[in-house]
Amino acid sequence: MDPSLSASDIASSTKPLSEASSPPVMDLLSEPASEASSAPMVDLLMEPASEGSSAPMVDILSEPASEASSAPMLDLFMEPASEASSGPMMNLLMEPASDDLKEPPKPDIDPLADILNDTPLSEVKTPVAAMPQETPSDLFDDEPSELFAEPRQSNTAKQQQTSIFDEPDEDLFSEPLGEASKKPQNDFFKEALAPVAKASNVCGPLSDNYNEHPTDIFTEEAMTTLPSAVSTVSVNSKTNGVHSDEEEPDIFAEATVELSLDSPRNDRKKKEAAKPSASAPAPSVSASASKPQPKTLEELEEEVEDKFELNISITNPEKVGDGMNAYMAYKVSTQTTLPMFRSKTFTVRRRFSDFLGLYEKLSDKHTPNGYIVPPPPEKSIMGMTKVKVGKEDNSSAEFVERRRAALERYLQRVVFHPSLLQDPDVREFLERDDMPRAHNTQALSGAGFLKMINRATDSLSKMTIKMNESDVWFEEKLQEVEAEDQQLRKLHIMVDSLVGHRKELSVNTGGFAKSVAMLGSSEDNTALSRALSQLAEVEDKMEQLHQEQAASDSFCFAELLADYIRLLGSVRASFDQRMKTWQRWQDAQNMLQKKRETEAKLLWANKPDKLQQAKDDITEWEAKVTQYERDFDRVSATVRKEVLRFEKEKACDFKKQIIKYLESLLQSQQQLIKYWEAFLPEAKAIA
Amino acid sequence: MLFDRPRAVNVDLQTDATLQVDISDALSERDKVKFTVHTKSTLPNFKQNEFSVVRQHEEFIWLHDSFVENEEYAGYIIPPAPPRPDFDASREKLQKLGEGEGSMTKEEFTKMKQELEAEYLAIFKKTVAMHEVFLCRVAAHPVLRKDMNFHVFLEYNQDLSVRGKNKREKMEDFFKNVVKSADGVLVAGVKDVDDFFEHEKTFLLEYHNRVKDASSKSDRMIRSHKNAADDINRIASTLYTLGTQDSTDVCKFFLKVSELFEKTRKIEARVAADEDLKLADLLKYYLRESQAAKDLLYRRGRALVDYENANKALDKARAKNKDVLQAETSQQVCCQKFEKISESAKQELIDFKTRRVAAFRKNLVELAELELKHAKGNLQLLQSCVGVLKGDT
Repeated sequence: MDPSLSASDIASSTKPLSEASSPPVMDLLSEPASEASSAPMVDLLMEPASEGSSAPMVDILSEPASEASSAPMLDLFMEPASEASSGPMMNLLMEPASDDLKEPPKPDIDPLADILNDTPLSEVKTPVAAMPQETPSDLFDDEPSELFAEPRQSNTAKQQQTSIFDEPDEDLFSEPLGEASKKPQNDFFKEALAPVAKASNVCGPLSDNYNEHPTDIFTEEAMTTLPSAVSTVSVNSKTNGVHSDEEEPDIFAEATVELSLDSPRNDRKKKEAAKPSASAPAPSVSASASKPQPKTLEELEEEVEDKFELNISITNPEKVGDGMNAYMAYKVSTQTTLPMFRSKTFTVRRRFSDFLGLYEKLSDKHTPNGYIVPPPPEKSIMGMTKVKVGKEDNSSAEFVERRRAALERYLQRVVFHPSLLQDPDVREFLERDDMPRAHNTQALSGAGFLKMINRATDSLSKMTIKMNESDVWFEEKLQEVEAEDQQLRKLHIMVDSLVGHRKELSVNTGGFAKSVAMLGSSEDNTALSRALSQLAEVEDKMEQLHQEQAASDSFCFAELLADYIRLLGSVRASFDQRMKTWQRWQDAQNMLQKKRETEAKLLWANKPDKLQQAKDDITEWEAKVTQYERDFDRVSATVRKEVLRFEKEKACDFKKQIIKYLESLLQSQQQLIKYWEAFLPEAKAIA
Repeated sequence: MLFDRPRAVNVDLQTDATLQVDISDALSERDKVKFTVHTKSTLPNFKQNEFSVVRQHEEFIWLHDSFVENEEYAGYIIPPAPPRPDFDASREKLQKLGEGEGSMTKEEFTKMKQELEAEYLAIFKKTVAMHEVFLCRVAAHPVLRKDMNFHVFLEYNQDLSVRGKNKREKMEDFFKNVVKSADGVLVAGVKDVDDFFEHEKTFLLEYHNRVKDASSKSDRMIRSHKNAADDINRIASTLYTLGTQDSTDVCKFFLKVSELFEKTRKIEARVAADEDLKLADLLKYYLRESQAAKDLLYRRGRALVDYENANKALDKARAKNKDVLQAETSQQVCCQKFEKISESAKQELIDFKTRRVAAFRKNLVELAELELKHAKGNLQLLQSCVGVLKGDT
């Protein structure tokens, strides 16, 4: 295996990185089906580079960087033919490890080079030579060296992969690409004696709060995972008994991953952020964008809370009317100490289109100035039709609840925006009892159609405007926003799919529960029958649990993403707005230029009668140019401020929501433990 | 990798040092799997005490069929044949992966590949386990272990040159099965003289159907569990991308969450894999074993019907006083056959129950323990991660 591995790697390492993954794929696809059939596997595996392409499936499977898992297998394959007769399991297990020690380290590095597709090859190569260097400043420096150290350490730990059924999985999972960055773990473990020193080393040049994180992380992780190491060991020793003590380093090492992952990258990120901004006209802003964030964020939060007490909640969704004219009305309750409101608590009823109307008004007023106006949830003809038709099923109740929560978040975002809160329309929306019906919000109305046309022309003009960006900050931010938008969309699709699969799992678990209950009833051993019906009960509860989890996947996670996909749309709109004002300024400048030329021509032609007119024009356009330039500067400043504000809010939101989501996961695991703990004695009671 | 898998997962067998069989190794070669069957024995009819041969799935089937066709073994539950190795689904996905390569990012591609590899490995291991269980069952059986074919299977170190059945034979098999099941219905309709067998008959009929249902339902449940785990995997990788491209401090947060998901999805996948191993495979095995027990009851029922018919024929012959001797012998043959089957069948069915209860106990206990282990691991990960994240904000 080693020769073929290294050969293919050498081949791939000469290619551009993007192609690095293709050789194995070709293997995967063509080979298993082709000629490899007759040659026994062992041969193929041992055959050198020339045969690399005809390696059968298993070979392919073991190829990508999973050196540890496949190597023992090989050895075993070769063994039994000969003297395996008396050799006890131990023997078989020990051998591969020693083999690995000698051989794989070299080839190991290359697959990982492939894997780290963002790692320039040169950078990987060098540290191989200067292996034990641990300059924390460079992320890449660390990794390869660890990779080098890896097989030695992990192979001893991984011997037991041969022993327990589920162990190899771990290997397969943990080795390849996605986790390449985790490699440092072993190294870190080795250095576990001085991790704090290293951590502080990494973070030294940074601000205080960064200095704190990594150390914190390390200690916490290490402490909490230690018991887990112990527990796994104990379980393993039951089935296995031989290698239990060797598992520890592996698991412990994982605990340190956090640290190694974080700090160097952070460090690097900092550098990247610092570099461009040094040349940017506003370095201070961009620096502040990335560095002292957490602190200022908290300050801002406090300020917000100090300045105005304003709680908004939306409750009691209610269907009003019947048939296709039915709509949902929501109760909007406000609690506030702000003097600008007439009373401290008040409630109004609003329907969905009122929310849309509010957005239209705010957007018309504030978007031109570069503000990021939070968008309301989208219209959903499908969902609403269901509600209108009056189907009282789960999905329509879920739809209503989802919308209610989305509207609540939307309104909260609006009022938490210091400028938008001052808008009279917002106040009116919150306070006024007899709100005039919002118009032009129907998706399919004529106005909606007009809006669509407007949007189309907008995007057309966007394409035609070629802005030679003077401010790197904006250029970068826009790119960032676009990339983020793309990723969030992808993530959203995946979370949706998770929700779907979890729901499916819930349904299928329910089906299985019923089936097991039936099986239990026909079982004629009393204890077994009882245990089976207990199992059915456990599965029943799991059905519920999966369903709840699916709901929290959807409410905590998917909705958050949907919100931010919409918000990023608004962010882009504010960038577009800036571009538009820039365009106007440029046009004015061109005009001024023309007028000046006219003046020059008139002077040349000596036509004093028209000269005055031209001069007036020039002063007029000069004023316009200054005006537009000021506009542009103002919008730019606003956009910048808004984007920073948005990012702070986003960070805060994501943290809050995701932690909430993780807590929901945590709870369901706790429930799970309870259920299975109750079941275990029942299973043991079967006799 | 195949070696320390708990042996004979689904059957609880008394270990006997005189004949121990296991599959020490297996290779996958295209659509074939070659098993190295390793035997340790002190029985005198083997040339050596320890030896290994390479066998393929078809040879296992041949061995099974030879048991089924042997009249001598009519009174025993023939250990069910292992199912055919099936890598089709895995291969199909592999193809899809290749087709979709261009449209995926490198991370996605790797993730997909990881999933496939894990899946392939799992199927591979299962295949080996099922074949091993079959051999262990035979080796532990007091009568079948002495079978000549079995010994040849274990010892003859050349290809047994067993070929797969051709079309004609498959057709014949099919018709035989149709006839058998029609006959089975007929035979099952006959009221049994023995209460024990009557009870077993109704029990097995129902049990078989329910275990079938449970088996398919468990498969479905596990599949969706795997899908969910795969989703988490992809979410983790997208979060990772998000974390590396963002320049704010949220990126750190994303990376941490990504890492957490990476770990939890591993656990989720393991939960699914363990459920597959401890639950679905158990049910699948007892689906086949209960079928084998049903077959035994059918053979007994058939013998009983034959015996009754022979009795009638004898009565008739006596009445007519014609061919009495011939009728008497045939009646005696039928009687002997029936009694022989009944005698061993009773013990076999009792054994079947003991085995079943023991296997269910073992697997359910292990399942619960594994579920607990995984849930606790998961909980710990989540707790520490939430702790860290909360400390961060």
